[in-house]
Amino acid sequence: MTAMAQRTWVAVCPVESVPRGDGVAALLDNGEQVAIFRTESDEFHGLSNMDPFSGAAVLSRGIVGDADGVAVVASPVYKQRFELSTGACLDDENVRVRTYPVRIAGGVVHVGSP
Amino acid sequence: MSRTLVVAGHGMVAHRLVEAIRSEDAEGTWRIVVFGEERRPAYDRVGLTSYVDGWDAGALALPGADYSGDEAVELRLGDPVTGVDREARRVVTAGGHSERYDALVLATGSRPFVPPVPGHDLPGCFVYRTIEDLDAIHAAVERARGGRGRPAAAVVGGGLLGLEAAKALRDMGLSPHVVEMAPRLMPLQVDEGGGALLRRLVTALGVTVHTGTSTDAIEADRGKLCAKLGNGTELDVDLVVFSAGVRPRDDLARQCGLEVAERGGVLVDSSCRTSDPHVYAIGECAAIEGRVYGLVAPGYTMAEVAAARLLGRDATFPGADTSTKLKLMGVDVASFGDAHAATEGALEVVFNDAVNGSYKKLVVSDDSATLLGGVLVGDAGDYNLLRPLVGNPLPADPATILAPAGGGGAVGIEALPEEAQICSCNAVTKGAITWAITDEGCDSVPAVKACTRAGTSCGSCVPMLGRLLSACGVEQSKALCEHFTVSRAELFEIVRATRISTFSELIARHGKGSGCAICKPAVASILATLGNGHILNGEQAALQDTNDHYLANLQRNGTYSVVPRIPGGEITPDKLIVIGEVAREFGLYAKITGGQRIDLFGATVEQLPRIWRRLVDAGFESGHAYGKALRTVKSCVGSTWCRYGVQDSVGLAIELELRYRGLRSPHKLKSAVSGCARECAEARGKDFGVIATDNGWNLYVGGNGGTMPRHADLLVSDVDTETLIRIIDRFLMFYVRTADRLQRTAPWIEELDGGLGHLREVIVEDSLGICAELEAAMARHVEEYADEWKGVLEDPEKLARFTSFVNAPGVPDPTISFRTEREQPVPVLLPVPEVVGR
Ligand code: SRM
Ligand SMILES: Cc1cc2nc3c(=O)[nH]c(=O)nc-3n(C[C@H](O)[C@H](O)[C@H](O)COP(=O)(O)OP(=O)(O)OC[C@H]3O[C@@H](n4cnc5c(N)ncnc54)[C@H](O)[C@@H]3O)c2cc1C
Ligand code: SF4
Ligand code: FES
Repeated sequence: MTAMAQRTWVAVCPVESVPRGDGVAALLDNGEQVAIFRTESDEFHGLSNMDPFSGAAVLSRGIVGDADGVAVVASPVYKQRFELSTGACLDDENVRVRTYPVRIAGGVVHVGSP
Repeated sequence: MSRTLVVAGHGMVAHRLVEAIRSEDAEGTWRIVVFGEERRPAYDRVGLTSYVDGWDAGALALPGADYSGDEAVELRLGDPVTGVDREARRVVTAGGHSERYDALVLATGSRPFVPPVPGHDLPGCFVYRTIEDLDAIHAAVERARGGRGRPAAAVVGGGLLGLEAAKALRDMGLSPHVVEMAPRLMPLQVDEGGGALLRRLVTALGVTVHTGTSTDAIEADRGKLCAKLGNGTELDVDLVVFSAGVRPRDDLARQCGLEVAERGGVLVDSSCRTSDPHVYAIGECAAIEGRVYGLVAPGYTMAEVAAARLLGRDATFPGADTSTKLKLMGVDVASFGDAHAATEGALEVVFNDAVNGSYKKLVVSDDSATLLGGVLVGDAGDYNLLRPLVGNPLPADPATILAPAGGGGAVGIEALPEEAQICSCNAVTKGAITWAITDEGCDSVPAVKACTRAGTSCGSCVPMLGRLLSACGVEQSKALCEHFTVSRAELFEIVRATRISTFSELIARHGKGSGCAICKPAVASILATLGNGHILNGEQAALQDTNDHYLANLQRNGTYSVVPRIPGGEITPDKLIVIGEVAREFGLYAKITGGQRIDLFGATVEQLPRIWRRLVDAGFESGHAYGKALRTVKSCVGSTWCRYGVQDSVGLAIELELRYRGLRSPHKLKSAVSGCARECAEARGKDFGVIATDNGWNLYVGGNGGTMPRHADLLVSDVDTETLIRIIDRFLMFYVRTADRLQRTAPWIEELDGGLGHLREVIVEDSLGICAELEAAMARHVEEYADEWKGVLEDPEKLARFTSFVNAPGVPDPTISFRTEREQPVPVLLPVPEVVGR
C-alpha cells in the first residue's frame, strides 16, 4: 500500500507522442531525464536517458526491438542493449540503468518516481 | 655439438626449408647460416604484382622470415655466395665471409632470361623478378609521366609472367603491348582455342597483343625506346620489360663441378641431393631428376624433402602437379593435368562460349572414363573441383560437366576422393581438411586455415574451404540477425518482389519477433533504395539509426554535426561566408573534413532545423554525412586550371555527386575524379573512382581507405562520359541489391563469386540481362531525389520531433556544455554516471 501511495506521477505527454517501436525523452523537475519507450505491442517502459557507456543523455534515441523475445533498446552511441523492463545491460552484466515506472491514464503518459 | 648447414639463397623455398628444419629440430642438431643476395628477407614473390597496389613491401613479407629471436639461424642478407670449395666444405661470399659447412643447400632460384637482342641493355629496359625490379620500373614510369600523352611499355614474352607484368604496367596507368613469339598467349598453359579467347579478353582490358612475332631490336629514339618487331611493327614506348622465361641459377654448381642438367639446373635425385652427397639443391635452381619446375609448390615439396633428409628421415620427391590457375586483370586462366592431350589416345571435349567469353576443355582417357587434364579460360570456376579429379573417374559425362548450367553443379565436392589435393600450394588434401573440421572442430574458414595451412599462400583454394565446411554440415550463417534467417541481399529481393513497404508487414511475413538495431536500419535502407518517400515518413522513422533519424551525425556528448553538400569540393565565396556565419551564430565548431567539405559540430537537436533553414535558404542541401549513402565525390582541380589535366574532373565530379546523392546503400559510398594519371583526387581509394585519360575516362571500382585499405580495380578504360555514367549506374544498383549489410564495395567484390571478372560480365557485358532494369532503377532514383533537410522543414509533424524533451519543447539537454579550445567550442564530457552494479 505504502509504496504505491507515496509514488508521485508526472504527466508527460499524450500517448500519440510516443511512436510505436520508438522512444522519447522527458525532463523531470529535479533535472533527471527519463527515456520513455513504447513497444510494438504498446507496452510502455521508462529508463534513465543517460547512456552509461558514453555519458550522453541519448538512450531515448536508440533503436527499440527484442533480443530472444526480451524487449530491449540499443544505445545509439556504442550499441549496447538494455532490457526495457529491468534496465539490465545484455552486453555487460555489471551494468544496469535506472528504471522509472510508466503508466497511461486518460490517454496521457505518466512517469513515476523510481 | 651441432653441425652447420649453409643455405645459399633466401627465396620462398629457402625460407620453407629453414622453417621445416626449425619446427622439427628441437635439439638443435643444425646451426643454420643463410646467405641471401637480396637485401631483404625472403618475401612473397608469387604475389609480386600486388606490390604495385600501394608500393608497400611489408605487404609481401613472409611471416617469421627474419628468424628474429631464433639463435640457431643466422641470416646474412645482401651477401651472395660467390664460391664453393667442396674439398674443404667451405663457401665464400662477395662480402669476404667464409663459412665451413657440414651440409650445403643451394636455393638460388632462377634469373629472368633476357634474349640477346640488340639494345636489350639500354636504359629503360627492365626485368620482372624482385621488389627492386619493380621499384626501378616504377621510377621509370614516374619519369615517363612527365611527358605528354599516356606512357606506353612493351612486354617481351606473353607467358604467365609477361601477362602479370602487363597487368602491373596497366595498373600504373600505362598502355602495355605484349609481344609473344608463339602464335598465342601463355603457350605453355593453354591451347589454341583458349589462347584465342584469352587474347580477346586481355585486349578488351587495354593490353595490345602481338603474337607470332619476335622482338628484333630495341633502339633509343629521342628519349623514348623503339621496339622493332619481326613482323615490321615498331612500338614507341617509354620502357621495355623482358619476361621471356627464366633460367635456373646454377652458376655456383657449375663452378664447383657439380653435375647440371642438359638444359640447365643443378641436377639432383629424388632426395634433392646433388652429385656431391653433402650438397643439396631445391627450388627453381634444381633440376630434380632432370626436370626444372618454375612454380613455388614443387619448390616447397623439395624443401620438405631436403629438410627430412637433413634430419635423418627418409623422403623422396613424389613428382609435382604443374596445374596453374591465375586471375590476370580479372581474367581467369587455368590449366591442369595433361592440358595438351599428350597421353596416348586422349580425347578432348571442348566447350567454347564466345558470347559469354568462356572456353573450357577437358582431356579424358580414350574411354571417356578418366579425367586427364584440362584448360579453362574466362571462367575457371570449376578448376578447384576438376583439378583434384585428375586421374580419377569422371563423375558425369564430360559434356554435362562443361555445360554452363551443369558447371560446378555436376561435379560436387562430394565427388572428390579423400586424397584429392585441395590446396596445391601447401599440399593439403580433402581428407586433411575434413579431419580438421570434424575432429579438430574448425568451424570457419580462418580456423581451417590456421589448423591445416590450406589457403594461406595463393588463396585460390579458399572458396573450396568454405564449400568443404558446408559439405561437413557446418553452417556458415548468412542470416541478417536473429529476426530474419535470410541475408540482406535476399531480403532486398523479397521487398522488391513483394512490394511490401512497411517493416511490420515484412517481419510478420518473413521474420520473427519485433526487430533490432541490425535489421531495422537494414530494412529502412532497402525501403529507401526502392523509393519509399522521405526516410522519416510514418513508421519508417523508428527504424532509423539515430544519425538518419536526425539527419545529422551523433557526437560523443549527444550533440550532432551538420555537413552540407559541397559537390566536387567546389564552393563560391558567398556560400563559404554563409557557412562561417552559421557556425558563428549557433556556436558550432568548424572543421574541413577529409571529404573536401565542411563539418559543423555541436548542434543540439532543437538547433538542427534552424541551422538547416539558414543553409537551405543559401542554396545548400543535406550532404548525407549521416547516411549509408553516397558521401562525397572528391575532385582534383582538373584541366580547367591544372597544366597537366586532360579532362574537366570537377565538372564530372559534380555531375556524379548530383546524380547519386541520396542513394541509400548497404554501406557508405565514396567516389573521386582525377583529371589525369597523377591521381591527386585519390580515386583509386574509392568505391568508384574515375581517372581522366586522353580519350575519356578510366573507371576503377572497389577501392577503400579505412580499416582495410584496398586499391580499386580497373573496370573499363577510355570510355566517354555517357558510357561511364551508364556503367556506374549499373555498378551501384547491382551493389545495392546484392551486398551484405555494412559491406563496402571492396569486400563485396572480393567475395563475389567470380570476382571482378564476374562483375564485368554482369554490368559491362550484361550476361544476366539485368542491365536495363538496373539503369531504370537508377533513373527512378535520380528522378525521385529530394533534399531530406527540406523535407523536414516543410513538414510540421516531422519538425516537431526535433526537440530534446517531449514535455519541454525547445529546452536543450542541460547536460550539454562546451569549453573553448583553440578559439572554438568543444564538448565538456560528463563523468560516466548511473552505472548500478548488479
Ligand atoms: C568528418 C570526417 C573526418 C574529418 O574531419 O575529416 C569523418 C568522420 C567520421 N567518420 Fe570517416 N570521416 C571522414 C572521412 C573519412 C575518410 C576519407 C575520405 O572519405 O576521403 C575515410 C577513409 C575512406 C573510406 O571510407 O574508404 C573514412 C573512413 C571511415 C570509416 C572506415 C570505413 C571502412 O570502410 O573501413 C568509418 C567507420 C564506418 O563507417 O563504419 C568512419 C566513420 C566516421 C564517423 C561516422 C564515426 C562515427 O560513427 O561517428 C565520423 C563521423 C563524424 C561526424 O559526425 O561528422 N570513417 N572517413 C570525414 C568526413 C568526410 C566527409 O566530408 O563526409
Ligand atoms: C611475378 C612473378 C609471379 C609468379 N607467380 C607465380 C604463381 O602464381 N605461382 C607459382 O607457383 N609461382 C609463381 N612464380 C614463381 C615463383 O615465384 C618461384 O617459383 C619461386 O619464387 C621460386 O623460389 P626459389 O626460392 O626457388 O627462388 P627465388 O625466389 O628466385 O629465390 C632465390 C633467391 O636466391 C638469391 N640468390 C641467387 N644466387 C645467390 C647466391 N649465389 N648467393 C645468395 N643468394 C643468391 C636470389 O637473389 C633470390 O633472392 C612467380 C614469379 C614471379 C617473378
Ligand atoms: S579517424 Fe576515427 S576519430 Fe577520426 S574522424 Fe574518422 S572515425 Fe573519427
Ligand atoms: S592453393 Fe594456393 S593457398 Fe591453397
